[in-house]
Amino acid sequence: MAAAALVVAAILAAFAGVLSRAEIAGGLSTSDWAAIRFTILQALLSAAISVVLAVPVARALARRRFPGRGLVVTLLGAPFILPVIVAVLGLLVVFGRSGWVNAGLDLLGLPGLSIYGLHGVVLAHVFFNLPLATRLLLQAWQSVPSERFRLVAQLDLAPRALFRAVEWPLLKQVVPGVFALIFVICLTSFAVALTLGGGPRATTIELAIYQAFRFDFDLGRAAMLSLLQLVLAGGAAVLALGLLPSVSPDAGLDRPLQRWDARGGTQRFADGVSILLALLFLLGPILAVVLRGVAGLAQVPASVWQAAATSLWVAMLSVALLMALALPMAGWIAGRGRGRVEAIGLLGLSASPLMIGTGWFILINPWADPQALALPVTALVNAMMALPFALRSLVPGIRDVLRDYGRLAATLGLSGWALWRWLILPRLRPRLGFAAGLAAALSVGDLGVIALFADPDRATLPLQMYRLMGAYRMEAAAGAALILLSLALLVFWVFDRGGRWHHAGT
Amino acid sequence: MLELEELLIRLGTFELRATMALREGRRYAVIGPSGAGKSSLLNAICGFLPVAGGSVRVKGRDITADPPGQRPMTMLFQDNNLFPHLTLRQNVGLGLRPNLRLTAEDEELVAAALARVQLGDHAEKLPAALSGGQQSRAALARVLVQARPWVLLDEPFAALGPALRAEMLDLVENLVAETGAGLLMITHSPEDVRRIAEEAIFVADGRAEAPMSAADLLNDPPPALRVYLG
Amino acid sequence: MKYLALAAGLAGASAAYAQAPELTVYTYDSFVADWGPGPAIEKAFEEECGCDLNFVGMGDGAALLARLKLEGARTDADVVLGLDTSLIAAAKETGLFQESDVSAQYDLPIAWDDEVFVPYDWGYFAFVHEDTLDAPANFRALADSDLKIVIQDPRSSTPGLGLLMWVKQAYGDEAPAIWEGLADNIVTVTKGWSEAYGLFLEGEADMVLSYTTSPAYHLIAEEDSSKAAAVFDEGHYMQIEVAGRLAASDRPDLAEQFLRFMVSDAAQSILPTTNWMYPAVMPEGGLPEGFETLVEPEKALLIQTEAVPTLRDEALQEWLAALSR
Repeated sequence: MAAAALVVAAILAAFAGVLSRAEIAGGLSTSDWAAIRFTILQALLSAAISVVLAVPVARALARRRFPGRGLVVTLLGAPFILPVIVAVLGLLVVFGRSGWVNAGLDLLGLPGLSIYGLHGVVLAHVFFNLPLATRLLLQAWQSVPSERFRLVAQLDLAPRALFRAVEWPLLKQVVPGVFALIFVICLTSFAVALTLGGGPRATTIELAIYQAFRFDFDLGRAAMLSLLQLVLAGGAAVLALGLLPSVSPDAGLDRPLQRWDARGGTQRFADGVSILLALLFLLGPILAVVLRGVAGLAQVPASVWQAAATSLWVAMLSVALLMALALPMAGWIAGRGRGRVEAIGLLGLSASPLMIGTGWFILINPWADPQALALPVTALVNAMMALPFALRSLVPGIRDVLRDYGRLAATLGLSGWALWRWLILPRLRPRLGFAAGLAAALSVGDLGVIALFADPDRATLPLQMYRLMGAYRMEAAAGAALILLSLALLVFWVFDRGGRWHHAGT
Repeated sequence: MLELEELLIRLGTFELRATMALREGRRYAVIGPSGAGKSSLLNAICGFLPVAGGSVRVKGRDITADPPGQRPMTMLFQDNNLFPHLTLRQNVGLGLRPNLRLTAEDEELVAAALARVQLGDHAEKLPAALSGGQQSRAALARVLVQARPWVLLDEPFAALGPALRAEMLDLVENLVAETGAGLLMITHSPEDVRRIAEEAIFVADGRAEAPMSAADLLNDPPPALRVYLG
Repeated sequence: MKYLALAAGLAGASAAYAQAPELTVYTYDSFVADWGPGPAIEKAFEEECGCDLNFVGMGDGAALLARLKLEGARTDADVVLGLDTSLIAAAKETGLFQESDVSAQYDLPIAWDDEVFVPYDWGYFAFVHEDTLDAPANFRALADSDLKIVIQDPRSSTPGLGLLMWVKQAYGDEAPAIWEGLADNIVTVTKGWSEAYGLFLEGEADMVLSYTTSPAYHLIAEEDSSKAAAVFDEGHYMQIEVAGRLAASDRPDLAEQFLRFMVSDAAQSILPTTNWMYPAVMPEGGLPEGFETLVEPEKALLIQTEAVPTLRDEALQEWLAALSR
């Protein structure tokens, strides 16, 4: 509860900061309305396609065991944590005008594809968010007790009956939240939408906020647009999380999930194709980033390594802050049994980083040197970005734990810290590991607010990479991008693995 | 004395009423058809179900509003009686100190309890490494260190085989005799009732009857019980 | 005792530190990077002034001005370095800047008479391409061609704004028609210069909006002579980068000394191969080798700084209208 209040306060304070310096704002122009329409349209399409495509991939991963599956699952997380500019350049190596796909089409004598336009924006957003959707759906799938599948095997249910009996109820329960999450993420997109949208047609609200802050210095307008963005995101969140019941999946006895269904050749084939296509789509651009990066590694200046250390430090701080925010909030929400407060978590994502950064800058400036606080503020904003993901994962986890062991804990008089220390935290470890890994990786890759506060000694890795690009040093920047990618994957892997390491009964 | 006075449990349209007085140190079986509300009765006594009316008193003190952990009783459920991520020593230790800050004296108590249920060598194991019977014994070791005046059993041994179940019931009987606690246990089996219970509480048709001598009840069952026993 | 000694040592050190006057200069990010002009300029100036020069980098020129507006008169900055001609009017409007007495033999294509801001380097906007390309000679030819270009968004970047002004200055009322003609040539519009240049190097476009000096980087730093800038016969819009001192500075003399230093030979000889722009004052040793290969536009275009804000709003609406179809 206090944590939820803190998130709201952090955003409201930033608002108040901006408004304290704002002049009376005017209304919305026609180009603003066009931006709003485009923003919603692309976010809806991106979220819908990401979720629809994630279903077969998650299902395939849930019911297949093969060597390297763990690696595939980890790698599938990679696009989500890539800085936009790296990912976009990676996508272009594959889908661009002189990219691999078009080179292939050319060989076959077929006309080339253009990646620019609404479909390009959606393609990039699906690239970023398909892995996230897959991860969240996979988690849900794995929470179905294996007893359920044993029953399915006993009854010899046909795939369609299985879908109706087990999978459809599961999807109905999980998909709205995942959809809302991705919708909100895409809502604040700006560089992707602009670059691949092909021009001002593809203007989003975030660009209008950017312009208001940077060229017009119209704080009133910036605050109004930020508020609009928050309302849109909040509306989506309430619709998806509030109106639909959020029931936690049933518990099964802890034992490795074994599946007896889906042994048919067609299904095997379909699953294989799903996984393979997803891998090709997601790993192609990443492979491109790696190939470019290896060539540039030798040219990476020492300052990049220093920046990597800074980024790592910010990431750790951000994980600590995330835990401090997410655990009390998740505990509180789980106790309520309603998804409304989870909507607050989404606000952290939908608040424009530029708005939050500027707001906090205005607030901090009279009291302290904002640059001295650059890294803590960055860590806090990163933690708020990761909050909705953490909540989506932790809340059902806590609900399960309380349902299974709540009575036992109550007979023992476990409460307060002891309840967390001896029951909830140990049971949540895998989910905590996932949330912490995601937060750390996101933080490593985030450019967001740091650019507003940073000075040369405190640059983070993404900022340093941008600086290299800004100085024509594309090769060195590609090397930095590879370091960034590796670092983000590494911190994710360490946390995620750490969470599952020696985890009893899982 | 554990007294239920005009206790009313309401779950949707289901209602169960109970008025009775149970004596410490005695062993009571709770029998009745499935869905009659046996579990609800125990859950209400233990504080897991809010009661719609009436009161629960132990030694004259009204505990109707007390949280479960502060009632002078402990309960074993059908499953999830041990935390799977904690060792047996920790699981049993929680019965003494919810924060697990065990003194040397506490450690000795825990070790003695585990030894008492023949799990002395398994103190550092996780529950998953044990058999079903051993898990049940570990849970009983915890009940032992908790040393509450009342022990409530909601069929914790239902999944065990007949011989193992009999062994557990004997162990329970010895343990409550040692601690002087009263026992309140749900069962479906007349044999269990004969084996361990001195008195039996029959639950059916929205009422939990006051306890009767277990032998009398089984030898001359009322009509509803006769239908249930078949 | 150890702690006491340490504390005393720290106090002594900071006291000694405090004795060297400190000059704080706000600038854009790439200026202070290891590979930018910052480190060399800092070293050279500190030798001359006996002071502690502290560069603070933040985003680009536009972000720099936004930051200054946020901080207002409370700012720590003594000098701001890195605004350009498009931002001068807005910067003056803040009332935060102070006139300076610095003047020099400027080597600019236009006469410089601004009392407040001191120019330290400059360049022409231009479309950069592979030198094998048969580049168009003006915007009309470009619009008629099938060539693909990448540009920056004038709402988020200074080069994008420069291009807007370029077309407006060259074509006036015909600017909307030019933009409509260019619409099918524009592959995409990016947030900033880095994204656009990256796309161009990836082969996403035939030409990218950059500077006539861009090929010098590839030639000098990478020994790659394959990049060239297209000369347009309607002239090229200029970007002049300037520095100015703040009225609220508590080191006015030092600030003035720094501005004078920026147009001195010591600083000017550093800039061409670190900032990849033309020096505002020709260094004694002339331009570095390689710069002679750069194309020279015949006509320099620049809109009077006072006229920029109004013209920008008008041009932006035209640009949006033409490209949103």
